[in-house]
Amino acid sequence: MTWETVVGLEIHVQLKTRTKMFCRCPVGFGAGENTQTCPVCLGFPGALPVPNGAAIASTIKLGLALGCAIAPRAVFARKNYFYPDLPKGYQISQYDMPSCIDGRMLVPMPEGELAVGIVRAHLEEDAAKTVHMGGHTGRIGGAEYSLVDYNRGGTPLLEIVTAPDIRSAEEARRFLQLLRQTVVELGISDAEMEKGTLRVDANVSVRPQGADELRTRCEIKNMNSFNFIGRGIEAEAARQIAIWESGGEVLQETFDFDAGSGTLTPRRSKEEADDYRYFPEPDLVPVEPPADLIERLRAELPEPPAERIARLGLDLDLERALVLVTGGLDRLYEATVAAGADRVAAANVIANNLVGAGVDPSGVRASELAQLVEARDRIPRQAFDEAIGRAGDPGFAAAPYLAREAVSDASALDPVIDAIIAANPGQVAAFRGGKEGLLGFFVGQVMKETGGSANPRVVSELVRAKLAG
Amino acid sequence: MIDTLRLTAEQALGLLERKEVSSAELHRAYLDAAGERDGEIHAYLRLVENAEGTGVPIALKDVISTKGVETTAGSKILAGYVPVFDATVAARVRAAGMPVIGKTNTDEFAMGSSTENSAYGPSHNPWDLTRVPGGSGGGTAAAVSAGLAPWGLGSDTGGSIKQPSALCGNVGLRPTYGTVSRFGIVAFASSLDQIGPVAKTVRDVALLYSIIAGRDPNDSTTVDQPEPTRLPEHDRLDGVRIGVPKQVAGLQGIEPGVRASFDAAVKLAGELGAEVGECDLPLSFEYGMPCYYLIAPAEASSNLARYDGVRYGPRAEGATYREMVERTRDEGFGDEPKRRIMLGTYALSAGYYDAYYGQAQRVRTLIVREHAAAFEGFDVIATPTSPTVAFPLGDKAADPLAMYACDLLTIPSCLAGLPGLNIPSGLSGGLPVGLQLIGRQFGENTLFRTGHALEQAIGFDTVPARLRA
Repeated sequence: MTWETVVGLEIHVQLKTRTKMFCRCPVGFGAGENTQTCPVCLGFPGALPVPNGAAIASTIKLGLALGCAIAPRAVFARKNYFYPDLPKGYQISQYDMPSCIDGRMLVPMPEGELAVGIVRAHLEEDAAKTVHMGGHTGRIGGAEYSLVDYNRGGTPLLEIVTAPDIRSAEEARRFLQLLRQTVVELGISDAEMEKGTLRVDANVSVRPQGADELRTRCEIKNMNSFNFIGRGIEAEAARQIAIWESGGEVLQETFDFDAGSGTLTPRRSKEEADDYRYFPEPDLVPVEPPADLIERLRAELPEPPAERIARLGLDLDLERALVLVTGGLDRLYEATVAAGADRVAAANVIANNLVGAGVDPSGVRASELAQLVEARDRIPRQAFDEAIGRAGDPGFAAAPYLAREAVSDASALDPVIDAIIAANPGQVAAFRGGKEGLLGFFVGQVMKETGGSANPRVVSELVRAKLAG
Repeated sequence: MIDTLRLTAEQALGLLERKEVSSAELHRAYLDAAGERDGEIHAYLRLVENAEGTGVPIALKDVISTKGVETTAGSKILAGYVPVFDATVAARVRAAGMPVIGKTNTDEFAMGSSTENSAYGPSHNPWDLTRVPGGSGGGTAAAVSAGLAPWGLGSDTGGSIKQPSALCGNVGLRPTYGTVSRFGIVAFASSLDQIGPVAKTVRDVALLYSIIAGRDPNDSTTVDQPEPTRLPEHDRLDGVRIGVPKQVAGLQGIEPGVRASFDAAVKLAGELGAEVGECDLPLSFEYGMPCYYLIAPAEASSNLARYDGVRYGPRAEGATYREMVERTRDEGFGDEPKRRIMLGTYALSAGYYDAYYGQAQRVRTLIVREHAAAFEGFDVIATPTSPTVAFPLGDKAADPLAMYACDLLTIPSCLAGLPGLNIPSGLSGGLPVGLQLIGRQFGENTLFRTGHALEQAIGFDTVPARLRA
């Protein structure tokens, strides 16, 4: 039987606001433990939450970017449970009336666009950070004592829940790349998985190919890169397929994915079912964003990454378009093309050379880059690489590098080419036997021999003529 | 010699303005009075010896956070807790120059109608020491009646200002929900809690209300009053329409003495020019109590979750986090908070929410509408405040339902968010009877005007007979 993987994602994005969700404590990393706290985020008696308007605006922005309906009335609720990282004994979170519902993100894929439904995006406060000491599991059970750092407690979190529209690890990866880019371009979060400002949980189930049913799903947590998410989904799908195929039944569980070993470890199941006793937070009034605010935020939206990928994909292959857009390179690409550079060449230079040289694309002037792209075969490789490396420097000019002509003179190149042909009889025979791809090998050898100063196009023509002869 | 038994806040203000006494001398006089009489009354949980100020001293209920002064809300679970911040109302009275005399006794977490639920022992009624002063704000009411404070602040969730004022024979206002900040008030039921003034006269109450009312950026449920507070002057009631709910006549449990005093007060209002008629509040009288006893405990179960021994208050030993929290809460909370936490947890639980909390919220909406309809024909609704005069200590302590019935008449307008004023209407068997005047939303000025005119006409002596010289 062929199996299909069904994935829905829950994504937490820590918003880049100056202050916390319900108090005026600063948000930020690296401060001493429990120094960014106040009576509100420590849950002192009588302290009351006051919502952060910037966080609400960020939520609406993301909702608009994901094509969601923005609720004219969103309501914060209390999610009640006891845990040391939760100072009030409840988390304030939008629940049944979230700010954003019913959106969609189109993900360009080689076989066409994948539409991923956005069920909801809602605002909540983050929990504090706990470190459980003295045990061997790092969990609260078995620990001798626990330390709590409330600096993170109360920072604004945006939770985005997708429909189970994703069918493979690859689709999940592409969706997440695009979502992350959207969030970053909106300026609402750094969305860095290593720092925990972007966290992803995946709900995975499998079903026979072509079936409509949704089988029991399991949740995978603790995946801190897009690649690990892909591997975690694959591992979980394989586990479930094996269970179904051996006549077993998948039970609803939550797993931690260990990227090092590639293994899934079940979290200890709780003795009792969770009952969070949600009810509307009486300390807050509903969020009723005025229509003109929503329209102003809508007008400020950048062109969505998916649309730009689709547009770039008309001239480039999709993977290249994706790399440019999710790498934040597409604006420079378009400007470089507008300044006269060849599309494919510009894409290659930007995605490979510029990124490889670690140049910040935002500092590069497209007019200068376009000249480099056009001259890349004419000038010595050395000069080109040097120029690319400096392309982001203030006041960079391409002109001095363009003046350094590559060696195109056959009389200078012939001896080098002859020597290389003579030294590689095997490759020569293979080329003549039809392995045309070996042309690049000979050109590369010549470039290496000449220290990158030869014109590769001329070398290529000369090598071909000699091998043919 | 300052006669604290008789001195009103307004008179004290006059003495200060004419520099006949200093604020410190006034403060000392009340401390001395407490030293003399509070041993048998126990209105205060603690006195503040070195309070600064230039104005009329004040007593604060112990649910009001006071920076640097222990605040326990009458509970052992907050024993030794010293707030690092002032509640907004504490800050406002201090900013107005008022030195704090002390923190007054309350039923634990303001849950009760007699102060017998205080973890620190009950207060006694200054009119008869064998009887309760009412509750939960029995401490403030007893302090004002016994001349241990010229005025004070209480908190009212279902009657905790109005009922003790009735039983102690003074004036108490529960303001319109949202006009006084709850920031820094140890929360009981957030959608019902309101802070309000208690004093000997309506004018004093109006003056104190004008100082504490108004929007607070730290409490997002607050609003500014639409019109400034006016100190009442007139002794006529021409043009004021007073409605008496027809349900009052049929209510079991209203003592004959209370009924007689109420009827006399209504008749007197007519003589002062008021237009008196009958209004209809069937749902409020039938469902107000059950509705309140679902909503208030539900919110309380969540509000009291923060007392876990982690950050403040006493902490019990336990082998695990869970055990530590359970023991801390078991040892720290008295029976009444435990009872309400259980009730509220149940009412919010999955599967019961719709039948209990959800249904109660829908009933609450009907009660709001029913009051709004009644106020189309009337400016003020009048009922007795308490069905009985002060009852003997221990009388109802073992019977929670009998205790809950004390608030039968005060609860409906609390659910509707409306202001209510208690003024003494006379004596029954030598004990004070309270008249409850309920106003429209933001209708405090009408209540002050009505209360003041009746107060002048009734001529009630607020000094307990046993303390009169």
